[in-house]
This record gives sequence, structure tokens and C-alpha cells, in this order.
Amino acid sequence: METSVSSELSSPLPQPLPDHPLVVIEPAKSFFSLNFSDVWAYRELFYFLIWRDLKVRYKQTTIGVVWVVLQPLMMMLLFTLVFGRLAGVPSDGIPYALFAYAGLLPWTFFATAASASGNSVVNSSGLVTKVYFPRVIVPAASVGAVLVDFAISALVLAAMMVYWRVQPTRQILMLPPLVLLLMVLTLGFGMLISAINVKYRDVRLALPFLIQVWFFASPVIYPMSLVPERWRWLVKLNPMASIIEGFRAALYGKAAFDWPGLAGSTVISLVLLLLAVITFHRMEKGFADII
Amino acid sequence: MTPIIKVESLGKRYQLGVRAEPFPTLRDALVGAARAPLRALRRRSRTRAGESFWALNDVNFTIKPGEVVGVIGRNGAGKSTLLKILSRITDPTRGRVELYGRVASLLEVGTGFHPELSGRENVYLNGAILGMHRAEIERKFDEIVAFSEVERFIDTPVKRYSSGMYVRLAFAVAAHLEPEILIIDEVLAVGDAAFQEKCLGKMEEVSRGGRTVLFVSHNIASIQRLCTSVILLKDGQVRASGNTLEVTRKYLEQGGTTTFRWTRDSPPPPEGVYFEKVYLSDRDRREVEYVSTASTISVVMEFVVESQSRGLQLGVGVMSDTGEQIFGTVPQDVGLAVPQTPGRYRAVVHLPEEMFLPRTYSIKAMLYYLTPQMLDCVDCLRFTVQEAASLGTNNPGGRTGFLALRCDWEFD
Repeated sequence: METSVSSELSSPLPQPLPDHPLVVIEPAKSFFSLNFSDVWAYRELFYFLIWRDLKVRYKQTTIGVVWVVLQPLMMMLLFTLVFGRLAGVPSDGIPYALFAYAGLLPWTFFATAASASGNSVVNSSGLVTKVYFPRVIVPAASVGAVLVDFAISALVLAAMMVYWRVQPTRQILMLPPLVLLLMVLTLGFGMLISAINVKYRDVRLALPFLIQVWFFASPVIYPMSLVPERWRWLVKLNPMASIIEGFRAALYGKAAFDWPGLAGSTVISLVLLLLAVITFHRMEKGFADII
Repeated sequence: MTPIIKVESLGKRYQLGVRAEPFPTLRDALVGAARAPLRALRRRSRTRAGESFWALNDVNFTIKPGEVVGVIGRNGAGKSTLLKILSRITDPTRGRVELYGRVASLLEVGTGFHPELSGRENVYLNGAILGMHRAEIERKFDEIVAFSEVERFIDTPVKRYSSGMYVRLAFAVAAHLEPEILIIDEVLAVGDAAFQEKCLGKMEEVSRGGRTVLFVSHNIASIQRLCTSVILLKDGQVRASGNTLEVTRKYLEQGGTTTFRWTRDSPPPPEGVYFEKVYLSDRDRREVEYVSTASTISVVMEFVVESQSRGLQLGVGVMSDTGEQIFGTVPQDVGLAVPQTPGRYRAVVHLPEEMFLPRTYSIKAMLYYLTPQMLDCVDCLRFTVQEAASLGTNNPGGRTGFLALRCDWEFD
């Protein structure tokens, strides 16, 4: 078979050399040497990794993307039966199914994305040891891939709201900032875990348990109003608590926003993200040597 | 001309055993620090001092645009570490590198290939991982597929590919990179001979196109073919650099007490049956300059029979570096008799193709009677085999034993 060989490759490179080196490789000096332009230059890889995750996740499944809708729906049904009907957990005057789904929406995103990105760097050892790219793309793309699931689940919620004839109020305008806050928190947590995980593999084993505990510590299946007044401050230390309650307030407009709680959650999330960026940047230099 | 790559006093230190030991656990770190902070601290400092080594130490060189530079050296000389630093996969401990151009590195073919994805999908993914833009991949897609020769299977998941198809597709993507600096690590050690030849051709084209290429290989023949200059690393330092032929020769000579030929320089033994000359040759009867795992060699023996010698035997043995015979061969094996009448003879035994592993061998030739009586024995041929893409090196994880032999396999 005749194959054509690239003619572009054999054409000479006319560009003169730049005056300054494009890349300088030196021992890491400080953690303020972050290179954001480098991350930008590799943005296409970010999209491709998300695309790969999505493709691979539903390859060889018969109903494919229907799973995205089915998973939270089945959880909702289960929780409605067990907690709403059997245990009679109150739901702040909202049908329990809607109540649970509004909590499951941010929670499922957080839990899935945090565990995916927490394990992402370790799972990408083949890439990390063989090719250069800003490593932060790996945990970020894991979060990005789960964001697609989140969007589809949100559409299901919209359909449910139509079914239960829930009229959105002006409070729904808070939804985009809440989603942003959720992403900051998830990315911060996932990135931090992904870096520590490279060195200490205990993290991989502890993570599912940690997330399980976190689930019960968050008002997903129960309302914050069920928590005794004097213990609420403790629950609010969990940044997910205010986010979940915020989601309900934004979607159904029954309750007012807990502004101090949201402010606290924002501060904690931002600090966590900053901590994650610094830790990740300090540790990524050694990834290839210890992974 | 100003250099495109500038490497200054580059050093990389590794902690020994970091990889080999089980991963440090959080518990060890916490418990250790809590229980005996002082001891933990002391032990750490001792470990630092005693169990680290410099994979690279004070390496300096510059490369001009358009040069094709080979990097050679034995296992552990620091070649891979150098490539990893230049590719920005790992950081140096000391020193500085300046790169005046975009770099693409190819430390393995098919990095990031996902078995579940189709050939088409993997071309896009792999291209992005190697730093290509989507538009660039789209533009070259047909060319890449044509080069890989897997058109028919481009929409099949690569997990159903044969290893040859997989490698061809992966190399095809890499071959269409257009960086100013291309760093390649022994990627030609895979694939069948025809495809290897095609890849070498492609690389020659790349280098003629004015790109700067840094190329690590054990295959001295391809280094000699492609490279305009060579850097020889030994123990983490640059031992020699410059002219390709000179440096590769120097490398091959490093092998230690290497002897490929023996010529009689002393009076012949009294029995009247003796060797004049014994040497290693390639299949074209040219004396070899080195032996690599890809070499297929023959042993040529010139010998003299002064008087009628009924029952004369001739044999060749291949020995391990410790002197144990691995196997012996005699002309009767293929139905040939050893000449017994007076005369000068030349016998040639063709050793099996690519049978050597990268280790040290010696070869001996013997003239003898079965009585038994040794008439003459030449046992000073000794050499260390260089690694090259071949049967002996193509097995992932290496090959143990003394020889690489291609055997017939069947499944029922």
C-alpha cells in the first residue's frame, strides 16, 4: 500500500530563535512560581481528558447516558421510601422527594467528583511519568467530567419541579453562585487529596469512608432544622451544609438564605482551594519520582 | 550559532529505595514523628546522607538548532534521567536548562492510549497529550492513519488491536508532531523490522527538515545513521561528546576486555592440527566491530591440518561470563564431516539469529579427537553485548537466562 509522507515535516523551519529561552528548567525554588499561562496553553488537553472520561465511562453499557439520570433518581426513591415514609424525617414543607433530590444534586456531584479527582493523579501514573503537562489538569478534568453529569441531573430536577408545580422564586438567582461555590470546594478538596494520595496511598483507602461520614454530617436526607440549635454551629463548620441548604432555598424559595453560613462556607472553600493549589504545586515536582 | 538547548551543571539526585520500598504511610509518618521526634529526625538525616545517588552529576552541553544528537551510555548512565529532565517530567536537583523552542518528547509510544477507545479517538487523545492542537490533529488525521496502515480498524477499540497495529498507530501520531525540539527515547525498539525502517526514514526526514532532535538509543547502527553528533554518558557524567563515529567507537570499546579476533602469534602445537585465525563475523563474512543483541554473528575459523588426521573433530562453544558453557555446536549436527586430509581450511558456523542477551559471553573453538584429546583450543574471544532492538530486548520486563531463542509456539 502506498502511503503519503508528510511534506510539511520536511520543510525547513524559518523562524529565528527567540532571544529568551521559552522554557527554563531549574530546581523548584518557591511555590509562587505558578505558571498559569502554561495551564492555559494546555486547555485543550483539559477538554480531551473530560471527553475521554465521559466516553470511557459509558462504553459497553447498554443504556449509556441514561445511567446519569437513573442513579440520582433511584437514590431519591430509596431515600424517600426509607427516610420520608418509614422514618418520617421532616422536609421543611417540601415534598420529601423534591427535598431529597435538591440535596442529592450537589452532594452526588461533590462525592463523585471528590473521589474521582482524589484518585486521578495516581490513576494517571502512565501519563505523569511519560509526558509533561501541567499536572493540575488531571484532577481538574476529573471534576469537569462529573460536572456534565451534574448538568444532566439538574435537568431532571427541572422536570420534577414542573411535575410538582413548584414555582421558582427570585431566590433562584442565587443558584449560579452556589454552583460556583460548590465547584470551588470540590476542586479544592479533590486537588488536595490527589496530591497527598501520590505519596500516602492510605488516602485512597480512607477516602470512601471519609465521604460516607461526610454524607451523614451534611443535611442531605434531613433538614438543618432537625439539628438542635446548640449544635448547628458544628454542622455549619462543614462547608457542604450551607451549600446544600442554599440549594434548597434557591430552588424552592421556601426558606430564607442563611447568609452567615454561606459566607463561612465561601471562606472555608477558598482557603481550602488555596491550600490545595500550594500543596499540589509543591508536591507535583516529585510526582514522577514517587508515583 | 546560538544554541537551542543549553544545559549547565545539571544534577539529579535520587533517594535510593524510594521506589522499591512500600509506599510511606501516613500512619508511619504520624506515629513516627509523635513517638520519637528526635530519632525520626536523625534517621531521616542519615538516610539522606547515605542512601542517595546522583543519577546525573554536573552535566554540561549545548545543542545547536538542526542538530540530531544521539545520547548513548550503558544502563544506569543517566540517559533516561536526562531525557526526563529535558522533557520536564522531573525536576533537576541542581543546575539549569534553557530551551529556545517548543519541545515534544516521546519517552514511549502511545502514552495515554485508552484500550476502550477506538483508534480514531485515541489519535485525538494521544495528539492532545503530546501537545498538539485539535485543529492540527484534524488537519493531519488522514495522513496519520495512512502512515499507521490501520485504516480498516480505525473505528475499532484499540484493545482489539495486535501489538504491532497498536505500535504503528501510536508511532504515526508521534511522527506527525512538529515541535522545534524533539526528544525521543528508544521508541524504535518496538514494531516489526519493516515498520522500524519506515520510522527511521521518517526521523531522517524530520531531522533534514531542520528540527533539533535528541535521540537515545542502544542501537548504535541507527545512532550512526541518524545523528550528527553524539553525547556519551557514563555514571551520570558526559564522558565524551562530538563526532558520531568517534564517540560511538569509544562507547563500544568501553566494553572491557573485548576480543573479537585471534591470530596465531606463537609456534603451532606439535600435533600438527591447529588454528591460524579465529574471529567473529557478520553473515557477509565481515569481521565485527561490536556485538549487539540484534547481531547475528558467525564464528570463522581458519585452521591447518598438516597430516592425515582420522576422526578429527571441530567444535565451537559459547560460554557465559563466568566461563560456563551454554552450548556447543559441531558440524556433524548438520551432516557435515570435518576435513581430515592435509590442507588449510576455513570453517564458518552461523550462530542462531539474534540469540545474545545484553551480557558478557566468551566463545571458544576447539580441534580435538574423541579419544579424548585436545589438539588446539582458542578461548580468548570475549565480548559484552550491546542492547539493541531485538529478540533479546523486546520482552517487557526483560528476558532472563543466557540466550534469546525464537521458538515455535502453538495453541490448540
